Amino acid sequence: MFYIYCPYCGEHREEEEFHNHGQAHIERPKDPDSCTDEEWGNYMFFRKNPKGLHHEIWVHAAGCRKFFNVTRHTVTYEIKEVYKMGEQPKVVAE
Amino acid sequence: MSQKNRLQSGGRIDRSKPLTFTYNGKQYEGFAGDTLASALLANGVDLIGRSFKYSRPRGIVAAGAEEPNAIMQLGATEATQVPNVRATQQELFSGLVSSATNGWPSVENDVMGLVGKIGGKMMPPGFYYKTFMYPQSMWETYETFIRKAAGLGRSPKEYDPDIYDKVNQHADVVVVGAGPAGLLAAQTAARGGARVIIADEQNEFGGSLLSSKESVDGKAAHAWVASVVKELEANENVIVLPRSTVNGYHDHNFLTIHERLTDHIADRAPNGQVRQRYHRVRAKWVVLATGAHERPLVYGNNDVPGCMVANAVSTYINRYGVVPGNELVLMTTNDNAYRTAIDWHDAGRKVQAIVDTRKNPTGALVEAARERGITVIAGSAVIDVQGSKRVTGVSVAPISEDGSKVTGSVKKLSADTVASSGGWSPVIHLSCHTGSKPVWNEEVLGFLPGKTVQKQLTAGAINGTFNTAGALEEGKKAGLEALEKLGLSAVEVAVPATTEQKESKPMALFHVPHTKPTSQAPKQFVDYQNDVTAAGIELACREGFESIEHVKRYTAMGFGTDQGKLGNINGMAVAAKVLNQSIPETGTTIFRPNYTPITFGAIAGRDCKDLFDPERYSAMHKWHLEHGAKFEDVGQWKRPWYFPKAGESMQQALDRECLATRESIGILDASTLGKIDIQGKDAREFLGRVYSNAWAKLPVGKCRYGLMLKEDGMVFDDGVTSCLAENHFLMTTTSGGAATVLNWLEFYHQTEWPELEVYFTSVTDHWATMTISGPNSRKLLEELTDADVSKDSFKFMDWKPMTVAGVPARVFRISFTGELSFEINVQANYGMHVWEKLFEHGEKYDLTPYGTETMHILRAEKGFIIAGQDTDGSVHPYDLGMGWAVSMNKPFSFIGKRGMQREDCVRAERKQMVGIKTIDPNIVLPEGAQGVFDPTAPIPMPMVGHISSSYWSACLGRSIALGFVKGGLDKMGEKVYYPLVDGRIVEAEICSPIFLDPKGERQNV
Amino acid sequence: MSEVKQEAATVSYMEQLADASIQGQSPLFHADLATVAKSGPKTGGVTFKEEALMGHITLRLNAENADQLKAAEKALGVALPTQPLTSVEKGDVSVRWISPDEWLVIVPGLKTFEVESALHNELSGHYQVVNVSGGWTIYKLSGANVLDVLKKSTIVDVHPSVFPVGKVVSTAFAKSSAIIRRSGESEFELVVRRSFADYLWLWIQDASREFGLVVEA
Repeated sequence: MFYIYCPYCGEHREEEEFHNHGQAHIERPKDPDSCTDEEWGNYMFFRKNPKGLHHEIWVHAAGCRKFFNVTRHTVTYEIKEVYKMGEQPKVVAE
Repeated sequence: MSQKNRLQSGGRIDRSKPLTFTYNGKQYEGFAGDTLASALLANGVDLIGRSFKYSRPRGIVAAGAEEPNAIMQLGATEATQVPNVRATQQELFSGLVSSATNGWPSVENDVMGLVGKIGGKMMPPGFYYKTFMYPQSMWETYETFIRKAAGLGRSPKEYDPDIYDKVNQHADVVVVGAGPAGLLAAQTAARGGARVIIADEQNEFGGSLLSSKESVDGKAAHAWVASVVKELEANENVIVLPRSTVNGYHDHNFLTIHERLTDHIADRAPNGQVRQRYHRVRAKWVVLATGAHERPLVYGNNDVPGCMVANAVSTYINRYGVVPGNELVLMTTNDNAYRTAIDWHDAGRKVQAIVDTRKNPTGALVEAARERGITVIAGSAVIDVQGSKRVTGVSVAPISEDGSKVTGSVKKLSADTVASSGGWSPVIHLSCHTGSKPVWNEEVLGFLPGKTVQKQLTAGAINGTFNTAGALEEGKKAGLEALEKLGLSAVEVAVPATTEQKESKPMALFHVPHTKPTSQAPKQFVDYQNDVTAAGIELACREGFESIEHVKRYTAMGFGTDQGKLGNINGMAVAAKVLNQSIPETGTTIFRPNYTPITFGAIAGRDCKDLFDPERYSAMHKWHLEHGAKFEDVGQWKRPWYFPKAGESMQQALDRECLATRESIGILDASTLGKIDIQGKDAREFLGRVYSNAWAKLPVGKCRYGLMLKEDGMVFDDGVTSCLAENHFLMTTTSGGAATVLNWLEFYHQTEWPELEVYFTSVTDHWATMTISGPNSRKLLEELTDADVSKDSFKFMDWKPMTVAGVPARVFRISFTGELSFEINVQANYGMHVWEKLFEHGEKYDLTPYGTETMHILRAEKGFIIAGQDTDGSVHPYDLGMGWAVSMNKPFSFIGKRGMQREDCVRAERKQMVGIKTIDPNIVLPEGAQGVFDPTAPIPMPMVGHISSSYWSACLGRSIALGFVKGGLDKMGEKVYYPLVDGRIVEAEICSPIFLDPKGERQNV
Repeated sequence: MSEVKQEAATVSYMEQLADASIQGQSPLFHADLATVAKSGPKTGGVTFKEEALMGHITLRLNAENADQLKAAEKALGVALPTQPLTSVEKGDVSVRWISPDEWLVIVPGLKTFEVESALHNELSGHYQVVNVSGGWTIYKLSGANVLDVLKKSTIVDVHPSVFPVGKVVSTAFAKSSAIIRRSGESEFELVVRRSFADYLWLWIQDASREFGLVVEA
């Protein structure tokens, strides 16, 4: 059970209030129609599965309903930082 | 039987309060303050079960959570049965009913005992894999026999009458364990102003001090404990939890605590009290002061009743006033255990000898023993014991200095009790729960908590600090450190003085050598509960299981309900010796939650019966109940399924509801549909991106059906969205999909298109929605509104605000039945009023309530899909024949557009949704039936698609079905066959999915 | 329909209340709390009251837009709480912070359309006002054991040091959810969804049993 800081509510809340939305920083192609099958396939299906730092999207589903980013260590489950949509992570290496 | 082993005085029991209890059908007496184990020992009960595999007689070994043998079935009634209770942790109460878990048909006389005699050969490690693998069909028979013979307790067959509870806690500091270290940590943190929870599994705080003769702070240890507890209890920021086991330590300092509130009072909780409470605790800092368990030594026949852990013997004497035997032999590798011989001697019973494995034991405790005239046999070990149901004697032999072999002749001593001590193992279980790898410490001769990412501190014996003074010091230090990390100021706490004796160095010995090789020596048990012997571990290693995790799984070491608390380190030492490597090289297995077994009651809490899962009700729910509705679960909603009249079968009710709707008028409670209020100047643009069809030109006052796709082009939801005003839309979703769709919209808005000015708010619960459908629906509506709802001024797919039955409403002329149909939305507080008014006025039209099943039939007659039933995440709009709901020319590449153009999505012969008519109109195909083109093809026949919806249509007088067929849209009129489970092959014809009114004339009247 | 206002045809809203002859039914109407209050215990550790048929309005706007904040204040008579997890109350209007761009305005039921109209009249630009009165009801919990019941029910920390009077959280409550506001030292208001109201009412009765539950009507 994680304890997650919501950057919008400004406090830690229990994991029960949140949902994970998978890998962060995947941008929808600006012009999908001109994507090759491979480019489109990469956007839709391919995700990282790192051992270590992972940037992922969470939503404060039972709280403020805002989406935000979390940098989480997939081995220790430590949450290294949270940051709002549109921002870049500060923690990028162990 | 009298309490023959009870001392006249001493201990923390109350001799003025005798308690009667039952064990294996026989009555005994104990005292308030006893555990079930101490009471049994007081009564001279040696046998408490038969072992799991070999069915050997077993007795009580320990005095706490680590007990492997005394696992009891408790409960005076069927409903209050509790399996797998450790007698050493169960407090005695009057009327307690217990029985041995293991041992069939009886503990005293066991038919499996015979098997046990030859069991050494019959059940080696890996036994299950090797013996019972073949023939596989016999496995169930084997398992039943073994389980019945061994027994692992049984669950009650009746409803548990007690109340269980869960509580969410938050604390600055959680202190686990209330021995000297924990108490001082809690005292320090609490004085510093922290919110503290201190929990201990025992009924009394004090830990090791409870069975100690030491004094602390110049007074009896328990008096000092009482003074600290009093201080803690008086502090409103401290939660004091006795009888509370911290069972799990999870990520981000989340702990679970199992508190037993009435298990010590009676068989079931008195006066409706909560029996057990499960605390879910989020801690800023955790102080583990969990202490240590004494390791027994591994020697021949060390499982014969009377073989005990040394400190447990002291505990029974000092805490419970029970001496569990007459003649004691103590075997020890350290000074500490000398106390047991001294306690035994001081209790007035005979100590035959102290067998010390060290060459030259010295030190204050050794001297104290010698002063009492106790014989100390140095440099020797008890290599095996005699006796079957109780120890009758021991074999003592000199051993080499490294403990690897017997070096001299064997001498026999008589004894009925063997206490052994191989030193102490820190209780590191909780620290392991979070994934921290324990680290071997050569000084401590044990594993210590390893590196952790948790905000975790440790104090006392868990660190290998086995003396009270050191534990107190570390407790204070942990308390101060927690305060500092919390940003609270330090406080003065005096560390009380203690009166312990200094101890000399212990010897590293785990497995006592024998004159015979391990494989031929009498069984040397490592894990009592799973009957794992030193020979078994050696065999496993020789058979190639070199990783300790594999050894564990092959031998089942540590898999019992005790998780190998006593045996694991010894087992690793045995494996290390065979593998010729050190213990740290061998490594350790990882402890996982729960520390001790926990009841299902505590896990369930009050989430059972009516509260098991929320039931969501519409505003008209009470009406449905009163009118005999049968309900269907749709998500958490309870929706009327159908409304049977007296004596009607389900099909009769459905036929009546369908015909009434087609011929006159039916009404459906549609309140559960998801409804989302969408506002903003970019609302229209947003809709165009998330729906497959066009929204740019939908005029105000109009409604439109839309399909929502995932990026892969597959349909995931559908519904009607209405243009309320230029920048204002009301979207409807499926009942089950409401939350998912809102989340979907928010996800795209917040993460992809934040520049679009649009807001979404759920109004699902705000509106009560009722749909009247059928040729008479306009007449009924006209009676209840002043608005003009005529054909020309209120057209199909229009919506209008109007007053219905005196209540402001939004009415949508949309249809899911194909009939003239009006969906009336009023604020939910008026839902019941309008619903009842409709019935008042609808009586003359035989207004008929219908539920989800009739809704499904009516829509299937029209070929309308149900997202989630006719779609399964692999179906795009063209597969559904719904290309009309896709607008490929929209400027923005809507969600799903690119996905639909993938090679696989545009290939020929995709499975497409069509209508299916059985040739025999009376056969209703089962949903899920798989179709084939050639029923004579050899099995496995090539399958061409499944039936997704199938009903009896009363309106058409025949069965109808929707289903998928490869290339089906181009195969109208062709045959498809459905081989069924019962052997029938049903012949059917592919047809249009629109079975009724293909021109849509009925809804356009 | 005269009361329907098509303001520059951008949004559509209307008076949703019927005239006084038609009584609305709150989500717990079927529980007949008035009778329960009369026949049930008068003392206990927890007191329950449904604040039924209030006006609930969801307000969405940009908290960084000073003009919108001013407009909202003018319409409501009180400034929006822009500090996360806070609430304001003035006269018969209370406003709960829900999200950085969302508030729940609660007014007496009869004032709903008036306040809704005032918001539409004052606000401009990108905003959303939605009458959600039918979708919510309010449970008022108070008494000596109110914290004990909350701790069984919700995962947020309700200790006064971190949950002072006036604080608001949207969170999980039992297996449903609630917007919890501390309205007094030992008094909390739970805004709950209509469809879950019966489940939560059952839950509260069960969780309060050991302390004794008093129902007020």
